[in-house]
Amino acid sequence: MYKILKAEKLADKIYLMDVEAKRIAKSCQPGQFIIAKMDDRGERIPLTICDYNREKGIITIVFQIVGASTEKMATLKEGDSFRDFTGPLGQASEFTGEDLEELKKKKMLFVAGGVGTAPVYPQVKWLHEHGIEADVIVGAKTKDLLILTEEMKEVAGNLYVTTDDGSYERKGMVTEVIKDLVQTQGKKYDVCVAIGPMIMMKFVSLLTKELQLPTIVSLNPIMVDGTGMCGACRVTVGSEVKFACVDGPEFDGHLVNFDEAMKRQQMYKTAEGKAVLKLREGDTHHGGCGQCE
Amino acid sequence: MESDVLKKVPVREQEPQVRAKNFEEVCLGYNMEEAQAEASRCLKCKNARCVSGCPVAINIPGFIKEIQDGNVEEAYRIISESSALPAVCGRVCPQESQCEGKCVRGVKGEPISIGKLERFAADWARENSISPKKPATTNGKKVAVIGSGPSGVTCAGDLAKLGYEVTIFEALHEPGGVLVYGIPEFRLPKEKVVKPEIENLMKLGVKIETNVVIGKSTTIDELMEEEGFEAVFVGSGAGLPKFMGIPGENANGVFSANEYLTRSNLMKAFQDGYDTPIVAGTKVAVVGGGNVAMDAARTALRLGAEVHIVYRRSEEELPARVEEVHHAKEEGIIFDLLTNPVEILVDENGWVKGMRCIRMELGEPDASGRRRPVEIPGSEFELELDTVIMSLGTSPNPLISSTTKGLEINKHRCIIAEATNGQTSKEGVFAGGDAVTGAATVILAMEAGKAGAKGIHEYLSNK
Ligand SMILES: Cc1cc2nc3c(=O)[nH]c(=O)nc-3n(C[C@H](O)[C@H](O)[C@H](O)COP(=O)(O)OP(=O)(O)OC[C@H]3O[C@@H](n4cnc5c(N)ncnc54)[C@H](O)[C@@H]3O)c2cc1C
Ligand code: SF4
Ligand code: FES
Repeated sequence: MYKILKAEKLADKIYLMDVEAKRIAKSCQPGQFIIAKMDDRGERIPLTICDYNREKGIITIVFQIVGASTEKMATLKEGDSFRDFTGPLGQASEFTGEDLEELKKKKMLFVAGGVGTAPVYPQVKWLHEHGIEADVIVGAKTKDLLILTEEMKEVAGNLYVTTDDGSYERKGMVTEVIKDLVQTQGKKYDVCVAIGPMIMMKFVSLLTKELQLPTIVSLNPIMVDGTGMCGACRVTVGSEVKFACVDGPEFDGHLVNFDEAMKRQQMYKTAEGKAVLKLREGDTHHGGCGQCE
Repeated sequence: MESDVLKKVPVREQEPQVRAKNFEEVCLGYNMEEAQAEASRCLKCKNARCVSGCPVAINIPGFIKEIQDGNVEEAYRIISESSALPAVCGRVCPQESQCEGKCVRGVKGEPISIGKLERFAADWARENSISPKKPATTNGKKVAVIGSGPSGVTCAGDLAKLGYEVTIFEALHEPGGVLVYGIPEFRLPKEKVVKPEIENLMKLGVKIETNVVIGKSTTIDELMEEEGFEAVFVGSGAGLPKFMGIPGENANGVFSANEYLTRSNLMKAFQDGYDTPIVAGTKVAVVGGGNVAMDAARTALRLGAEVHIVYRRSEEELPARVEEVHHAKEEGIIFDLLTNPVEILVDENGWVKGMRCIRMELGEPDASGRRRPVEIPGSEFELELDTVIMSLGTSPNPLISSTTKGLEINKHRCIIAEATNGQTSKEGVFAGGDAVTGAATVILAMEAGKAGAKGIHEYLSNK
């Protein structure tokens, strides 16, 4: 059992939890993820690591309710436990293995969309702790959906926040901010790291390809085991098929086949829709109304 | 009980039409009377050939005699001397090519049903709460076992009996390896059979830490240098699925057999009340002809689909056990033999809508001695489908070999280890099972686990 030491609602449908997981906290690196399973009957759910405390043996996760399993998970409180918590899985972000002096010469731009702010945070924090200040763009639909803005401010070089509806700081999509920084203000970046909804990563990658700015994205396909055993997580990168759980989750954004990845993410949508209805309606759900097809 | 000495006492099975719709065990096993009748057919040979066919050399005439005399507890004890998983082996071992294949009774008639008798003794022991006892003292030496499949479990059990303090590290949330995630409920019941065998292991004092991925959560070097483990046995299996590399393979509705079976078996997607979804499919093709393909096909059938096995050679070359092919046919699986997929056809939403295949014929024998299938030009045709399950074999996962200093592998990514004692290229590290041989069988993995335990005992005794 893996004890929840803190459970907090960050925004509508977005939750943060500190979980006791000593082995993971000891060995994890930015860019990696964990798999959580709530109880005996739960699904195995991959979640990126948002923060870690090696001394105290704590892993921080942030997740958004997207289906029945995450909806159930959101009901967990401080003092409750996950039955299973496995990791760290996947490869660490490439820069964690680079020569520090070389890395210091590079100018990095991070682009975080929505709940993707959570996995961006430990990367920017790691760089900050190693004396490197990276610029960060954070985007959300609206002000109430922004998360970790204060935390990010402390570790980022320049922080640019934008909301689709203009309810906080800039108005518009993250791609517009990139254009503004690179084209209008003439800023030079050596690498861009974009993490957020698949559609956002697709459009950022399209733009940065035009701008000839190398871009890394972090994919979150459907997974089961997370150790390379099932192939549920396969994605096409360039001409190769990769297993995101072991080869990724980070890949060259200019080579990822996003359209295929987005279709694959929808695979269980019908089943998931039914499960959500069943969860909400309990025994009153008997199907047949056509709502869940 | 009347019986023809040349014939096996038939074993009761669920009717094919009934079992095709449920996940209950197909084979119901012998009762006491049937088991004793079958045991009485055995000649109790002096130089029993059956024993030489058994990879762990169970004293077969010995335990059969005890069953005949009604001493089932003693029969179980005799089997347990050599095997840690008798209820499992009695169900899934390929007896026809091992013990039963060698049995002298088989020369003129049918061999003794050794597997069914082994299963009977093990089931009886479980139902009567007979289990192995914990050794009185430990020797204080810590050994780590990676993976809780048949090789790891056997190695851990043998070492615990010798007094070692054994901890098994398992990547998944449930111990058992392929026994829990691969082989389906209807062949190997999880709660009834696998779990009690794992619990017996824990009664011997073996600790199991689940959710630890060696190579990620920690490494072999750290286990030895920081956690005080004096030796390590790697029984991490061969879990990496292969795909064909044909167009359309990433479409929605194409799965590896591993994914399909894991969703159904480990995550229990077939049962109400569990959260993991599975695409049942209405018309399913399973590509491949091994045991894994049969298991995937029969799982899809039970979930309500029409199921085709698509295999590029003929029936004779099917690598699956004869019993499994027979069961699959009885249940209504359709065999499209001498057929090979060339492309998966995809609809506008990214879902499978069919598969283009080509007919094959058998040509000259290839390196494996089997006749090589060759395409018949112009014979392409389309199968209409909504689900494709790829069952083309698996290879060992590089997670461990790539993170352990000095652990050598061969070109198939298999860990190189001595067959007699499991010794690898790294001091103190032993290996066995599918991780060394590539995908094989439960009993061969157990044999390797035994050899590894022996190797570790010798190594630590002389250290
Ligand atoms: C569907 C299916 C049906 C089969 N049917 C039969 C049959 O009827 N008869 C038969 O004899 N054989 C059968 N086999 C083959 C048989 O199951 C295997 O040969 C046998 O289980 C191998 O045992 P093992 O101990 O080597 O590995 P496995 O059973 O594969 O166990 C390995 C374990 O190690 C764990 N592991 C892997 N990597 C790590 C890591 N880095 N850290 C921690 N843990 C790790 C895995 O999660 C797994 O639990 C079947 C296989 C499958 C897939
Ligand atoms: S070879 Fe057959 S008859 Fe002889 S001891 Fe073995 S099982 Fe019995
Ligand atoms: S999640 Fe199973 S292989 Fe990646």
